[in-house]
Amino acid sequence: MELISPTDFAIDFARDRVQAVQDYALLAARSVTNLFRRPLYVADMIQQADLIGVGSLPIVVLTGFFIGGALALNSANTLQRFGSLSLIGQLVAVGMVTELGPIITGLMVSGRNASGMASELGSMVVTEQIDAMRALGTDPTKKLVTPRVISTVFMLFFLTIISDACGLAGGGAVSSLMFGMDWHQYWSTAWQILVFRDVFTGLVKPVLFGFIIATVGCYYGLSARGGTQGVGRATTQAVVASSILIIILDFFITRLVMTIFGYR
Amino acid sequence: MTAPPIPVESALKSSQDASSPAIVFEQVSIAFERKPVLDGISFHLAKGETKAIFGVAGSGKSTILKLSLGLLKPDDGHIYVLGEDVTELSEEALFDLRRKIGMVFQESALFDSLTVRENVAFRLFEEGNVSEDEIERRVREALSFVELEHTVDMFPSELSGGMRRRVAIARAIVTQPEIILYDSPTGGLDPVTSNTIIELVVKQRDVYKTSSLLVTHRLQDAFTMANHYFDRKANQMKPLPPGARGEVPMGFLILRDGKVIFDGDVHELAQSKDEYIREYIS
Repeated sequence: MELISPTDFAIDFARDRVQAVQDYALLAARSVTNLFRRPLYVADMIQQADLIGVGSLPIVVLTGFFIGGALALNSANTLQRFGSLSLIGQLVAVGMVTELGPIITGLMVSGRNASGMASELGSMVVTEQIDAMRALGTDPTKKLVTPRVISTVFMLFFLTIISDACGLAGGGAVSSLMFGMDWHQYWSTAWQILVFRDVFTGLVKPVLFGFIIATVGCYYGLSARGGTQGVGRATTQAVVASSILIIILDFFITRLVMTIFGYR
Repeated sequence: MTAPPIPVESALKSSQDASSPAIVFEQVSIAFERKPVLDGISFHLAKGETKAIFGVAGSGKSTILKLSLGLLKPDDGHIYVLGEDVTELSEEALFDLRRKIGMVFQESALFDSLTVRENVAFRLFEEGNVSEDEIERRVREALSFVELEHTVDMFPSELSGGMRRRVAIARAIVTQPEIILYDSPTGGLDPVTSNTIIELVVKQRDVYKTSSLLVTHRLQDAFTMANHYFDRKANQMKPLPPGARGEVPMGFLILRDGKVIFDGDVHELAQSKDEYIREYIS
């Protein structure tokens, strides 16, 4: 085994990290610019939208409903002490629409689809299918990456709206069934508290989260090396990296929106 | 085996500028993780010629094929394919050039989620201007060339290794490319299937005059190709008459330690005094 000096190791490590960031940035940029170059793989986009959107629907509905319910339970516990149980609808609505809906949906779709993309593309890399595609004159970023990015962004937007609605329904179910709150009162307070800023924040996030999920999943898949073990590693890295990026990005989007629209 | 007709445009194009080489390597070097694999190699592949590339494992044989397609960029030197310098072309321009080249990968590299029909027709679908009927006709022709018409609706996982290799050949020839690159097409196959594959390569060479680079570990395959021709009337490969041995466009290239140590025909190979080559071919 060849021994290398700590300095060489540090230089190689730094160069690899910078190279990885550059490669990711280039792939992300190409996934967007490919939209303006022919051919556009519309059929692949529809197929991916079905896999990502319809396929993720059950987990998004279930997690949204129960997160909304849990939020209502926790809020009620505190609000009861101050005799303000009627505010449950407001808390659940703001919490779900601005924060929990986008982030839970993003994390769920990341776990399901970033891993799927990384493993699918990674398997294609290690079996030379990506090289074969390039050899056949087809750009893999156009054929494989752009349809996944567009479909994820598009479907995550609607999945988040569904998750928000399910969360509100879950909160409503807890409020009325466990705390005897009037169903109509819950919905009217929940509806009235939401302002443009809340809805805007809640709908900008899934667009950016969708972009992160698909580009990170595809990047790790296309960078997979070292056979099946490498594919497994790429899959894990894709989920970890996209989940962390979603949470970090969530903080910065929230802060940015607050700066632009002011605090509530 | 019935041979598909050569499209008129393709035949005309092939006949144009027939004197210029199909592939030229000029002082090409490449290293992986600081380890040189090819060190300033130069050779050329004439139009219509098939050149077999030999060398021990890791000597850079498959790398030569990937460099020719622009799938890898050399650290130094120039590679001209059909008159274009692939080392200078952008990835976008390379996609256009690659449409004139077919490649058969070592492990076939068929798209496992697509059927045989979709695999073979992949390039035709991508061209976008070929009608469904025309695609079906050309897929059937390519598959009948490799005698696998019955597998059209099967998935690659349902085929044997030899069948997958033949489907990969059908995929490579479906558009009648000007150059075909074969990466160990007979590797890991039984002698009978290997012979079938070699017969297909010879047929492509002698019937369609396609220029080819063929990476192989099996010397007997290359010698079979050098000593046989494809008889179109009999529709099978036949040995050349004794006086005409080696009179087919077949070359040999041997790599050692990143250098080309032999580049010539079967006669020159047989007469070589180089000890390594003598040992290699014995």
